[in-house]
Amino acid sequence: MATKTQLEESRRSAKRAVYREVVPAGEPWIRVIHRGQFFRIVDLEGNQAADTLFYNAHDYSDRYSAQDTIRAQQNVYLTTGTRLISSGGNVLLTIVADTCGRHDTLGGACATESNMVRYAIEKRYMHACRQSFVKAAIQWGRGLSKRDLTSNINFFMNVVVTPEGGLTFEDGVSGPGKYVEMRAEMDVLAIISNCPQLNNPCNGYNPTPVEVLIWDPGSNPGADDV
Amino acid sequence: MDDESVLWEETIEPGATWSHVLKRGTSLRIVDLEGGANVGAIFYNFDCPAERYNMADTLKAQHIARLTEGCVFYSDMGRILCSMIKDTAGWHDPISGCSDAALVLQKYGEARYQQHRNNCHKNARDGFLIELEKWGLGARDLTPIVNFFSRVRVAEDGGMKFEPDNSRAGASIELRAEMNVLTIFNTCQHPLDSNPRYEPKPVALTVRKVCVPGSDDPCRVSRPENQRGFTLTERYFL
Repeated sequence: MATKTQLEESRRSAKRAVYREVVPAGEPWIRVIHRGQFFRIVDLEGNQAADTLFYNAHDYSDRYSAQDTIRAQQNVYLTTGTRLISSGGNVLLTIVADTCGRHDTLGGACATESNMVRYAIEKRYMHACRQSFVKAAIQWGRGLSKRDLTSNINFFMNVVVTPEGGLTFEDGVSGPGKYVEMRAEMDVLAIISNCPQLNNPCNGYNPTPVEVLIWDPGSNPGADDV
Repeated sequence: MDDESVLWEETIEPGATWSHVLKRGTSLRIVDLEGGANVGAIFYNFDCPAERYNMADTLKAQHIARLTEGCVFYSDMGRILCSMIKDTAGWHDPISGCSDAALVLQKYGEARYQQHRNNCHKNARDGFLIELEKWGLGARDLTPIVNFFSRVRVAEDGGMKFEPDNSRAGASIELRAEMNVLTIFNTCQHPLDSNPRYEPKPVALTVRKVCVPGSDDPCRVSRPENQRGFTLTERYFL
C-alpha cells in the first residue's frame, strides 16, 4: 500500500542534548521549547503513542491546529517536512527528522468519557490521556485550562483514513528507538501525555516510556546545516 | 415534511455567519439551494460551553472520516450533541477546517467593504470568532469544525483533494438536537474549494419540533458506541 513516509535521520547526538528526560507511560510532561531549539521524542520500546499539544508560548489561544496543519500540506499524515500550524496561522514547529515515517493527528486523545462510549460504560475509571492533559494544565497554571485542550498530535500512532471514508486504528508503524525531531520556529509550550490506553492497539496493549531530548541551536556542531 | 411541526424557516446568505441555540427536541434542516454550498459548523453544549463538539471522538467512536445519515456528533464528554437523521448529499467533510483571512486574500484577492459594500470578501475563521465573542466565547473555544455539503477525498498516501460536485441544488441534511446545542454556522467556501472565484452559496434552514429518539432510532442502533452515547446523553437530562 502506498503511504506517505519521509524517513529522515537526524545528525544530532544525544550526548549534545541540553535536556533529556524519560516520561513513563501514563504521565504528563510540560515544558517551553524556545525558538531555534530542536525537540526529539523517542519511542524507547516501540508502539507507544505520545499524545502531544503545542501552544504559542506567549499566547495560549494560538495553538496547534490539526485541521490547519493537514489542510496546509493537503495530507492527513505528519512526517518529515510537515509544518505544524497554529490556529492563528503561525508555524509552531517543523518536523526535521522522522525514523517512524508517519504520525496521526485525527485520532485525538483518549478520555475517560470517550472510553465509555467506545468500549463500555464501566471503563470510566481507566486512566486516559485527557486526565493527564488536564493535570498538566492545572499544574502549569498561568491561565491554561481545559478550554485549551484541543486537537493533538499522536506521535508514533497509526490511524488510517481509507478512501471510502473509514477510520481505523492499526498496529503501530513504530518500533523500539524510533524517533521524531522538530525545530521550534517560535517559542512553544509543549504538553505530552504518554498514552495509557489499554483498550486498543495504539500502545501494543502495553504502554511504555518515551524519552524527550532538547538541543540548543548550535549545541551539536555540523548537525544544523542540513 | 409535516408543516405543523415547522417553527420557522430562513435563509443564510452566502459568506455569512449564523448562530442559534438548537433545543433538545427540535431539528434543523439545511438545504443547499444552488448546489456547491459549504456550511462550516461548530457545536457547544449551551448549558456548559466547556463541553463542545470533539472531532476526534466523533470520528473514532464511529470509525469514520466522513459524515452522513446515521452519524452522530460527540462532545468531549461522551455525549451526543446532535444526530444527522437525513442526508441526501452523502458525504460531509469533518477534517479540513475553515478558511482564514490570509487564505481568502491569496485565493480570491482583495475586496473590502469600502468598495464592495456587503459583497466584500469574508472568511470563515473571522466569522466564527466574531460570533463566538457574542456568546462569551473566543479563540480558545474555536475547535475543529465540520464542513457540511463538502467532500475531500483522502488517497491511500494521505493526500487530500476537494471533490467539486459533491452537493447538487436541493441536497439537504437534517440535524436533530440531542442536547441544547449552541450551533454556529458559516457559509464561506470550503478552504480547499477548487473554484478560483469567490462564490459562496446560500442555504435554507427549517427548524421544527421532533420526537426524542426511540429505542429503535437508526442513529442509536447504528452501532454499540452510539447506543452508549445516547444512554450517557439521556442520563444527563435525568
